[in-house]
Amino acid sequence: MSDIRKSLVDIVGERGVSDAPEELWFYSRDPGVLAPHRPDYVVAPQTTEEVQKIVRLANRQKIPVIPMGNGMSLAGLVIPLKGGIVMDMKRMNKILQVNPMARYVVVEGGTSQGALKAYLQKNHPTLRHSIPDAPPATTIAANVSLHGQGRLTNQYGFNSDMVTGLEVVLPTGEICLIGSPSIGPYWISKGPTLPDLSGLFLGWLGCTGIITKVGLKLYPNKKIRDAELFVTDRVDLIPHILYKLTHLEMLEDINVWFQPKPLMFLGNFHITIFFTGDTAEEIEFKRKMIWDTLQEYMDSKDGGFMAIQYMKSVLLEMPGRNIADFADVPKGGGFEYSGPIAPIEHFPQYAAKLVELAAKYNVLYASAARLISGGHAMMFSISFAFNRNDPAMMERVENALDEAMAFALDMGGIPWKPNFKEQKMTLERMEPNARNLLLMIKNNLDPQGIMNPGNWEVNA
Amino acid sequence: MHQLKFDQKVCASCRSADCLLKCQYMKFSGHKEAHGEMMKIMKGKDSRVLTECMTCYACEEYCTRGNHPFYLISERREEKGMFTAPRPITNQWINMTKMQGKYLVGDVKDKALSCCYIPDLGALGTGEIFKDVASAGVFGAEFMCPAVHTHFARMSVIKERLPVVIENYRKLGVKEVICLHDECYGTLTSIASAYGMEVPFKPVYYLDYVLQRMKELKDKIKPLNITIAYQRSCSNRLIPDKLPVVKKIFQLIGVKAPKRTYQDKNALCCAEILRSISGYKLADDVVKRNIDDMVKVGAEYCVFNCPACQISLSEKVAKRGLKPVHIIDLCKMAIGEKERGTI
Repeated sequence: MSDIRKSLVDIVGERGVSDAPEELWFYSRDPGVLAPHRPDYVVAPQTTEEVQKIVRLANRQKIPVIPMGNGMSLAGLVIPLKGGIVMDMKRMNKILQVNPMARYVVVEGGTSQGALKAYLQKNHPTLRHSIPDAPPATTIAANVSLHGQGRLTNQYGFNSDMVTGLEVVLPTGEICLIGSPSIGPYWISKGPTLPDLSGLFLGWLGCTGIITKVGLKLYPNKKIRDAELFVTDRVDLIPHILYKLTHLEMLEDINVWFQPKPLMFLGNFHITIFFTGDTAEEIEFKRKMIWDTLQEYMDSKDGGFMAIQYMKSVLLEMPGRNIADFADVPKGGGFEYSGPIAPIEHFPQYAAKLVELAAKYNVLYASAARLISGGHAMMFSISFAFNRNDPAMMERVENALDEAMAFALDMGGIPWKPNFKEQKMTLERMEPNARNLLLMIKNNLDPQGIMNPGNWEVNA
Repeated sequence: MHQLKFDQKVCASCRSADCLLKCQYMKFSGHKEAHGEMMKIMKGKDSRVLTECMTCYACEEYCTRGNHPFYLISERREEKGMFTAPRPITNQWINMTKMQGKYLVGDVKDKALSCCYIPDLGALGTGEIFKDVASAGVFGAEFMCPAVHTHFARMSVIKERLPVVIENYRKLGVKEVICLHDECYGTLTSIASAYGMEVPFKPVYYLDYVLQRMKELKDKIKPLNITIAYQRSCSNRLIPDKLPVVKKIFQLIGVKAPKRTYQDKNALCCAEILRSISGYKLADDVVKRNIDDMVKVGAEYCVFNCPACQISLSEKVAKRGLKPVHIIDLCKMAIGEKERGTI
């Protein structure tokens, strides 16, 4: 047994460590198109103190540490690009406290979205959190660390905006509380009115520390959820339609999607409009407001509402499962997307680019944009499905995604959960002083460069 | 391309103009105006009817001289590019119902049981009532009656696809096609006839089939002793001669259908197409009047003949305390195949 393996066993026990080839195979890859890379060890701590000891060990030995939630980013963010220790956080899955009056929850760094959803449904049915359209096993800490979005993003911003405090193990091993919990017992603010240190960790993809606890805002869980589906074949109208819908200031979530298959979706842009209420009257009032605000497009015959009774249960699923269906259209179950954050007014250009790329690289496309913060921006997903057993198709998808990100950056967009190549593209375009600031932060927090190396690497 | 057989002389000499005067969605001052509008349509001129028609199909029934005013209105609309529904909705229906070679054909011999392109029909066409034909089901766009496109004034789609559907049935070598949807039977009889399309097999109306089977199963029938309201579908307007069949079935299974304001020729549609064409205001009004009327007569069940109406109205009638049920399921209840609570 190697010294490092023995040290890891000493920290977390035999069952929490593996260097077995079959397990390393699994931890060397994610479901996207990026090439796998084998870690040296996988370790699954159960406490913050164990995380601390592992990080200190890694510091002494100068071994990379890659904190991992469920590994479902699709962008290879936890592929150990330079080997080292993959730290699987899933055993740290306790829901530590719920403050129902202040509407927040504190969870451990490996708690899954599904576990929190189930817990709230059972114990606090009037509360909910912003569930992303990702598999339920994905974790809350990973989601906020990559600025994920969810069902409440249109109303309240990125899921990372909903953080109310963090506990972090720094790359040098110190345990650090961020936000209001650093002052007192309440997890009510990740930063304001203090200097907001949460930005040292959110969006850094595990390059500046390991999140071991997250405070997260909860929101009213209304008794009724409903949806309408508006369609138009005029892409130029989409920004205007979204502007009008967000002006209502009463919608839970707005998604815009288009795809060529199945045939019934060909040629149209679909806007799924989610809304909630505590009474049938409230729901009907909101429904009428939605229809009234889009009536002009019905009158001009440019848009209309689909009858969705037969598909409503699917539309209202949280998380939605239809992405998985799309992934398997070419068979082989592969799916990856680039999701730049962009102004809504650019929707037509992004839509055209997606169709162009799909034709150029001969791959199947789909797109689902989600509005952020009432329309200040959108996440525009440029999605391609592929067959995992077809390397040539995977290479075409990878090239298409690279080109998509270059286009997004040219359009003034910013990348969401960029892979290491997209991070490099982004850093190359970043204003030099901003880039240097990132470098200063990274070097000071992680002087040995052990945290998820290969990601957000700024060259001096 | 097949052409609509519309007899201008019949229309010109019409003394009633009932096709428009009886319309539930357009108002006319009297015979002179209504007849005048129909003449304009006939001559290819603009008419307010071409913008205001809600495509409820009822004028096909109101014209007792067999002259197909609704098909003419739809033809003229398409000629003038005056489409009814929003363009993306229209195109979605055209795309959704396109033949793609994905269809199901059961053990078909001389009879086929048409499930159109509606998955719900497959489950309905089962059990003791359909035991001789359930295995002969056919399903898919290749066997779908394209009548829905009349709602969108896309008669060209019907003229293009219906001959192919008829040919697909012919290739199966069937002598009879039992249509589980009014729209299919209406298409193979009314529309095919109006456009001079030959149908080389006998279309059978499913409720004729059900009525016959229920007579054969008479010993198994336990009268339901319930009060119902019947939701007549738009496509039933294409085959008004079949309306009495429903009443005979109700009589046979011990169902009371009290006289309503909105029944038979004065029936209100499920309003889903109205919602799609013009928005919620008219649709909500129609639905409210319709369900108020059902409640007023003390109906316990709302009985459907069309799965589309059922999908559209089930939740709404349930909220008002009525149980939604398809007429086939009602018959299955009567012979003890279905529990009342499972509907």
